[in-house]
Amino acid sequence: MFNYLLRRIVSGIIVLGIVSAIVFGIFFILPADPARLSCGKTCSEEQIVKIRHALELDQTLPIQYGRYLKGIFVGRTYLKGTTAELHCSAPCLGYSFQTDQPVTQLLKDRLPATASIAFGASILWLLLGLSSGIISALRRGTWVDKFSQGVALGAASLQIYFVGLVLQFIFVNKLAWLPAPGYSSPLHYPVDWAKQMALPWITLAFLLSAIYSRLTRAGMIEIMGEDYVRTARAKGLNNRTINLKHVLRGAITPIVTVFGLDLGGLLGGAVITEYVFNIPGLGKLSTDAVANLDLPVITGTVIFSAFFIIVANVLVDLLYAALDPKVRIQ
Amino acid sequence: MSSELAPAVKERVEGRSPSRMAWERIKKDRTAKVSGSIILFFILLAILAPIFTWFIHTTPDAFHTEALNQEFGTQPLGKLGGVSGAHWFGVEPRTGRDVFLRFVFGARTSLIIALASTALATVIGVVIGLVSGFFGGKTDLLLSRTMEIVLSFPSILFALAVMPVLENVFQSWGLPEGNGTRIPVMIFILAMFGWPYIGRIVRGQVISLREREFIEAARALGASRSHLIFREILPNLWAPILVTVALNIPTYITAEAALTFLGAGVIDPTSDWGAMLLASVPFYSVDPMFTFIPGFALFMLVLSFSLFGDSIRDALDPRSSR
Repeated sequence: MFNYLLRRIVSGIIVLGIVSAIVFGIFFILPADPARLSCGKTCSEEQIVKIRHALELDQTLPIQYGRYLKGIFVGRTYLKGTTAELHCSAPCLGYSFQTDQPVTQLLKDRLPATASIAFGASILWLLLGLSSGIISALRRGTWVDKFSQGVALGAASLQIYFVGLVLQFIFVNKLAWLPAPGYSSPLHYPVDWAKQMALPWITLAFLLSAIYSRLTRAGMIEIMGEDYVRTARAKGLNNRTINLKHVLRGAITPIVTVFGLDLGGLLGGAVITEYVFNIPGLGKLSTDAVANLDLPVITGTVIFSAFFIIVANVLVDLLYAALDPKVRIQ
Repeated sequence: MSSELAPAVKERVEGRSPSRMAWERIKKDRTAKVSGSIILFFILLAILAPIFTWFIHTTPDAFHTEALNQEFGTQPLGKLGGVSGAHWFGVEPRTGRDVFLRFVFGARTSLIIALASTALATVIGVVIGLVSGFFGGKTDLLLSRTMEIVLSFPSILFALAVMPVLENVFQSWGLPEGNGTRIPVMIFILAMFGWPYIGRIVRGQVISLREREFIEAARALGASRSHLIFREILPNLWAPILVTVALNIPTYITAEAALTFLGAGVIDPTSDWGAMLLASVPFYSVDPMFTFIPGFALFMLVLSFSLFGDSIRDALDPRSSR
């Protein structure tokens, strides 16, 4: 088990290294002038020269990448020895010349909003998906099952950018039950925070719970036919124990996988959700950076969100091994 | 009793190919018929889009400010976003462009991009999957690691970010500015993130086929590697490839719409469903119809493709159940 854990973590680090190198390479080799792309749409020649100098674009690419990597671990000072010196403490993921802030600071500012969306929505969609899946599986073939699976099928075909606008129209504009979505600090304004987050949570949970509902139902129905469930029943265990301890436990592994990947993907920036609801999270940071051509921020957000995806992948594999003894042996 | 049996005895037993059997199963499947017709309907709309300009006597790009409330904002006059005999689905706020025409021409853009990227991703995925599975060893290690890495990219975010960069590159190769570059770049990006999904499946299938007797027989007869791959193995893979493609098309449709919605896709004046949704954002509270039309169309198309894909899978592999 320990060896497996170690191997999985090392391979995760290698993948992250390769992904970051590719991202860095693509954003710094392909464009004709990365300095211009970092500077934005309204930019003087003078600023471009300064940025070109700060990014050390006259160096070879491996040196540039090496310095970028080094900055992540020990921090970095741009334009060293000049009057315009810019400090960027570790972990330094680059410097946004447009907003005059280190990228790491921008990421730190935006992470709470994204994390609020991701954790709130994930609790809701797990509850919704698992409960409707369990009920469907136990009441298989009844109208309850047909209805919930029909809803799930429909929800799986809906898009956040459509449902989000429709729900906003109904609950914010027409019924006025909720304020316009946004982000307030949960520590200082917990009620506002929950009210503003409600719509993103509901939208995401509704669309994403569909897959969980279908997975839970299919998994449980398959496990119900297993011999060990028959044995449990023959032993005289009550239905509740059989269904929760034996059947659900057996069906939970694929759900854990999908959940880990979904959560990891969202934490790296719920791009579309944040865009639709205008929430200042990581996703909005990156869409704004793309719109303003803020190359360092683009690079930083992509690497940061790849980090979440890879960490989620590794965690899922480890959880999988913990939940399913068969995996450990392989 | 005997009269019921008689025709059955007379009926000639016909040898049927697997594809014919699958086709007959599809024809009996009601879900497949309904979803297939909806898909066909959208495809016909897209193909016949120019014909509608004769009926409506305008183009998707023409401004109709006479249909807008000039004094009070720039919302469409009349109910439901300005639905009328002249404008079947109403007009766009601010510009007064005909929503129905933008909707049918939008179906064109969305379907062309989705189908082209599906085709490109399938070709790349199938070739890489075949090579990876057939040769095994270091080739396989390299190619499957590549797939793993591609899959760990935050795809929407990366696609969004790489769009301006690739647009720059494609333009330097002489493509025209605007959608002339953006559409090829979108197809390229969507395919680059899509091929590993099909590659993985093909690779897995090839690994199990590789050791089968008929391959060994062909090899013993002196068949070349390319003959083995393309003539012996590939024809056995069309069922899983078809199923994967059918189930993947909706992903491309929604990814295209999402990219365009986020502002990194098709831009004005070309009609596109994602672009319509994006254009509707400032107006959804006063003109919900304009949001609803492209959103609902996307929903129907995606749902139909998913259901049709499920039906194809069931028809090709009767053992699998929903």
